[in-house]
Amino acid sequence: MAKAEKRRGRGRRAAVLLISGAVLLVLFFISHAIGRYAVPVLDVIRILVRRLWVLTGLDRIWPMHVTWTWQMENAVVNIRLPRVLMACMVGCSLSAAGATFQGVFQNPMASPDILGASNGAAFGAALAILLGLSTQMITAFAFIGSLTTVVLVFLIARWAPGFRTVNLILAGIMIGSLFSAGTSYLKLVADPNNQLPAITYWLMGSLSGVRLEHLLPAAIPMAAGLLPLLLLRWRLNLLSLGESEARALGVHTDLLRGALILCATLITAASISVSGVIGWVGLVIPHLSRKLIGSDHRGLLPCSMLIGSAFLLFVDDVSRDLLATEIPIGILTAVIGAPFFIFLLLRKEKTL
Amino acid sequence: MSLSVCELSFSYHRAPVLSGVSFEAHEGELLAVLGPNGVGKTTLFRCILGEQKRYFGTIEIDGADRKRLSPREVAHRIAYIPQTHAAAFRYTVRDMVLMGTSHTLSPFASPGKKQEAAAAEAMEKLGITALSDRSFDALSGGEQQLVYIARALAQQTRTLLMDEPTSSLDYGNQIRVLNAVKTLSREGYSVLLSTHNPQHALWYADRVLALKDGRVAALGPAHETLTETLLEALYGTRVTLTDSQTGPVIRPVPNIE
Repeated sequence: MAKAEKRRGRGRRAAVLLISGAVLLVLFFISHAIGRYAVPVLDVIRILVRRLWVLTGLDRIWPMHVTWTWQMENAVVNIRLPRVLMACMVGCSLSAAGATFQGVFQNPMASPDILGASNGAAFGAALAILLGLSTQMITAFAFIGSLTTVVLVFLIARWAPGFRTVNLILAGIMIGSLFSAGTSYLKLVADPNNQLPAITYWLMGSLSGVRLEHLLPAAIPMAAGLLPLLLLRWRLNLLSLGESEARALGVHTDLLRGALILCATLITAASISVSGVIGWVGLVIPHLSRKLIGSDHRGLLPCSMLIGSAFLLFVDDVSRDLLATEIPIGILTAVIGAPFFIFLLLRKEKTL
Repeated sequence: MSLSVCELSFSYHRAPVLSGVSFEAHEGELLAVLGPNGVGKTTLFRCILGEQKRYFGTIEIDGADRKRLSPREVAHRIAYIPQTHAAAFRYTVRDMVLMGTSHTLSPFASPGKKQEAAAAEAMEKLGITALSDRSFDALSGGEQQLVYIARALAQQTRTLLMDEPTSSLDYGNQIRVLNAVKTLSREGYSVLLSTHNPQHALWYADRVLALKDGRVAALGPAHETLTETLLEALYGTRVTLTDSQTGPVIRPVPNIE
């Protein structure tokens, strides 16, 4: 009987991952089809498959007939594909970072934005824009800014007496508002003709203007952060039990915690530096995933990544197609995220 | 011997917590650590587990100096059973027990068949297999304690360290947990257990380590060591020891006008 139950537990995990993956895939193709210039979904699949064919050289063995116009191909490959991929990458990274922060700090309320990491990254990036630095330097500044805030918040929460959960959230709010005050000052002194609009638009978060050449520079730090997180996901379970238990179970806690915070901060900063500030994803998605698949990070982390990708892709579709003018994506995630946060507070169950 | 502590001293902000504590724990023995609150029982455990490193004296685990062992090597030798406490996340009982096997894995690996077999065996042994798929935080305090013990068994060490395992349990669960622990020590485990209840020590312990003001007040076989004088010195209240058919019973002397 026990064996049957075990299989059912594993089966459920596989099923949840499979379904989230399938939803993501369907959404991926639909996202290429919709827009001002609509392209039939079947043509989207044909266009993308043919690109893959050409890339892998299969084209010479089994050539595909072109049944679509070059305008369609242009819209799908050059305009929509980069943006769709970037939405997936950013959603995946922010969710994975949120799940990791929550595990490391043993706190279901931790997330890149609550910990102030987003504000720190925003300040760093605004500073880089103000100084007229290159895109790579904007990423680097965003990374330093968010790492500084996470470390500060963690130290304050650790040394302050009292309840850890509350301390962590309060410290995050305080350090976060300190950095956003800094950002406000940067906006004040920025050149109102070119720098200020860049900073403002960037702070609201948007994926418009993403081009193919932007993908690789963002993908490298994301992959560098996500891979260790995936490999360490069993250890994250141990760390989430708390310092003494994790240590007694054989975990080098300082080393593991440091590595996980560094990776989660790296992917947060990499996301924010390309998409601007997109809040709430890192808090909401891991919670939703925990409901579906349970707390075990072996399932939770991949599930958060898949659902996070699908969620941000969907929100980005709404952001570009709901109104004639584009709505910044950060505004939309807040509209969905804030009510969810209130729902968490009002829930009857005590353990968040 | 599995654990040997020699002349252990530890100060916290210059205030001495432990001074010159020496004792040994043997295989197949249940050693109870007694003493009033704040006497340094928890500090002693933290030194043994490696959470506190700045102690004087030596702690040897299976013949190896504690200070030279990595957390992973300590986890090979000693399993820690904490007090029941609220968890941040809801793990299933199976996952909780499975976590005990982690020190056998490389840092980047997840548990495989071998680890799952060890966890299943440990749950079987404590009779909690039926709870496998339940959420840990939905269990009663006694069941949670049994899960912690199963996790320690899955860790496959010879020494168990228990920090007041019965402190928040009702009477029936206290006895159930202590029976399980006693059985394990009979099977060859070396158990170091701190408790607030001297009667538990009389019932279950082979030997007693009594701490007072950070020093060893007494160390020896439970029945010989636990005397009225010692208990009064330890806890500052008057008690009488009466012999019953099943062994001595500690009774407080009522001091009510």
